[in-house]
Amino acid sequence: MGKKILLANDHIEGIRFLDTYRKHGGYASLEKALKSMTPEQIVEEVKTSGLRGRGGAGFPTGMKWSFLAKPEGVPRYVVCNADESEPGTFKDRYLMERIPHLLIEGMILSSYALGAKTSYIYIRGEYFYVARILEQAIDEAYAAGLLGKNILNSGFDLDLHVQIGAGAYICGEETALLESLEGKRGNPRIKPPFPAIAGLYGCPTVVNNVETIAAVVPIVNEGGAAYAAIGVGNSKGTKLISASGHINKPGVYEIELGVPVEEFIYSDEYCGGIRNGKKLKAVVAGGSSVPILPTELILNTAAGEPRLMSYESLGDGGFATGTMLGSGGFIVMDEDTSIVKNLYTFARFYHHESCGQCSPCREGTGWMEKILHKILHGHGTLADVDLLWDIQSKIEGKTICPLGEAAAWPVAAAIRHFRKEFEDFIRNGEHVNDVKHYYRLNNLTAPIN
Amino acid sequence: MAKVTIDGIEIEVPDGTTILQAARMIGGDIVPPAMCYYSKLKTSGGYCRTCLVKVSKGSEKDPRPMPKPVASCRTTVMDGMEVLNITSPEVLEARAGVVEMLLLNHPLDCPVCDQAGECHLQDLAYEHGKAETRYEFPRREFEKIDIGDKVQLHMTRCIMCFRCVKVADQITDGRVHGVINRGDAAEISTYIEKAIDNDFSGNVIDVCPVGALTDKTFRFKSRVWYTKPVDAHRDCPTCSGKVRLWYKGEDVARVTARKDTYGEAEEWICNSCRFEHKKTSDWVIEGPTKVDRHSVISANHYENLRLLKASIDRQRASLPHGDKVDLGTGALNPNNEEK
Ligand SMILES: Cc1cc2nc3c(=O)[nH]c(=O)nc-3n(C[C@H](O)[C@H](O)[C@H](O)COP(=O)(O)O)c2cc1C
Ligand code: SF4
Ligand code: SF4
Ligand code: FES
Repeated sequence: MGKKILLANDHIEGIRFLDTYRKHGGYASLEKALKSMTPEQIVEEVKTSGLRGRGGAGFPTGMKWSFLAKPEGVPRYVVCNADESEPGTFKDRYLMERIPHLLIEGMILSSYALGAKTSYIYIRGEYFYVARILEQAIDEAYAAGLLGKNILNSGFDLDLHVQIGAGAYICGEETALLESLEGKRGNPRIKPPFPAIAGLYGCPTVVNNVETIAAVVPIVNEGGAAYAAIGVGNSKGTKLISASGHINKPGVYEIELGVPVEEFIYSDEYCGGIRNGKKLKAVVAGGSSVPILPTELILNTAAGEPRLMSYESLGDGGFATGTMLGSGGFIVMDEDTSIVKNLYTFARFYHHESCGQCSPCREGTGWMEKILHKILHGHGTLADVDLLWDIQSKIEGKTICPLGEAAAWPVAAAIRHFRKEFEDFIRNGEHVNDVKHYYRLNNLTAPIN
Repeated sequence: MAKVTIDGIEIEVPDGTTILQAARMIGGDIVPPAMCYYSKLKTSGGYCRTCLVKVSKGSEKDPRPMPKPVASCRTTVMDGMEVLNITSPEVLEARAGVVEMLLLNHPLDCPVCDQAGECHLQDLAYEHGKAETRYEFPRREFEKIDIGDKVQLHMTRCIMCFRCVKVADQITDGRVHGVINRGDAAEISTYIEKAIDNDFSGNVIDVCPVGALTDKTFRFKSRVWYTKPVDAHRDCPTCSGKVRLWYKGEDVARVTARKDTYGEAEEWICNSCRFEHKKTSDWVIEGPTKVDRHSVISANHYENLRLLKASIDRQRASLPHGDKVDLGTGALNPNNEEK
């Protein structure tokens, strides 16, 4: 059994509520931090831990924290990114639903470490019921003197607010999130300046993912070194993986970073193998934005080494033969899956979610969706595959925010690894078993010839 | 001060200058095209991506190149920075891509568009685009709407440069003009089609790079290249009163702000000057002006461009892919072409 730090107690009945949470060691880190540690010491522990951002980019959290500007007389903010909208990712929801106090405890620690007196949890609109769970928990924390003025008689004050978004993927991008939090249209800002210098209301701000902030709790409790002892290489600690797709046991799993991908897919401790005894075809390992990999490349690297669930190992080979850990949205596809259809679904998503500020993303995402729709309806030509490739290359790296890349990478990877399937689909209309079914299901015109 | 080199030409500029401004100080062919940046509007720029350039050396202190092309209008120079614009095939390719995207849903209705002849998108397409489109789907369309009795919004032509939004934000008070919806369904809108009722609202027409916001008092009166620009002023209680009159024969067909080489208004003008003073007797005439940059208006613009383009293409073809060329502007001067 792998070591669990965040979800060690998630099975305990009533862990959602303050008294049960405290009975199982909850808020111990707060007592420790407020009574015996300076804010700087907490930042140091986080640096020592090697914790990397769990929202997708994997940026070292301690380093991000030390970049925060601290001008005199200007407030600072800690903002938790609970917008979780990347298709395939649902770990933050699980954590907030089950153990809301873990996030709140982490928010108080982070705010203390960074000198914030007001902090926010920005949560996606569709998670309104989760927001209610958080609000209840926050009320409990206020009543117990864990939030508000003079927390645990330490002299430290903190107000924590939950803000519900309106259900836009782009509001997960940290600067769009800040705009939305300020009550404006959720458009990403042009950087620099980065939030660490000018974030919420123009003040220095740290934005971190739910899981990142929750991980600060065990880091303070056990020390950064203990956290860093878990994992491999520069992938320290544990990671929540949202496993979905054609597996026997979809769900949220906490893994020690470094578990072999093969073990993760096939062992009974995790996904439990492919559903209905089918064969594995492909995996999108870190949420819809990261490159899809076929079986050979997801189980082993191009060099033939077993691929591990870690930032480095999944990234091995660059985009030519590798992918990214991303947000940990692990989508498994069996042999009956149509990559063409899957790509269409992803492309439609990015088209729908583009904010429309910059021309390559605004226009290019819609164009790619239309071409894939055409291919799916049997009207594609072989030239369309090259065109798709060209369009994604005209978007990637030329936009304001990384949604451009997020839209381009899946297209590039699907063509890179499954070009033949696209060509077969265009020539023969059907390649994969379930496509006929798909047409019947959706009442679409069958492919010609 | 910071020293920056753009396409091999060095210039020293004050700290905080953007790459685009530095390029404009050098002037000539190395100036990146800018469809959304507008020097008089704060926080403008960054959206259209036509001004992308490659930073091949970050600065003297940190010489690493920047990994992605950057928007020159929103990137400030660093001492020792080296920038490639027209000498980078990669930049030209990226720009051609952006132009294709901008034109993707554009109706290309230039024959019936009032902006034709002074449209920045026309110029851009001619200078940096490709001859044909690869887009085969129906183009996006919107209903025309009137915003007030003097301005018409034809959203179908809009390229989402956000300039008009910034005008509404920054030079008119009580903003009722903004963006609704998202992605390629985003549109410029006013609060429930409310008339923009403000002394300076007409300036949205001047900042619009395309024919999306047009002057209703000039609608279909004339093609701009049949009108003659004349600078004039009057003693105006609201604005500077310094304008450009566009004559058709003896009549003032329309009034606009005076624009500089990059098509930017020199000074904002009020609606009274723009819409209500259309008699020669209203104005003190300063004399005819030469509008030098704009496509159809300036003689031989396209011919010069054709030569320039041929020259760049030739140089590009002779280079191994991705290599940078060191061209003085002289090499790109069409007049040196036949040497
Ligand atoms: C389009 C887009 C959507 C994103 N959505 C999320 C999200 O839902 N949750 C999240 O934590 N980070 C998201 N991010 C990443 C954030 O911008 C940011 O990097 C992250 O919140 C930083 O936190 P971390 O360092 O703890 O990972 C998104 C980024 C982009 C470009
Ligand atoms: S890349 Fe897309 S989502 Fe990001 S700012 Fe540009 S248009 Fe908006
Ligand atoms: S209407 Fe004109 S000025 Fe306004 S965003 Fe569109 S193109 Fe730009
Ligand atoms: S002018 Fe720089 S991005 Fe539009």
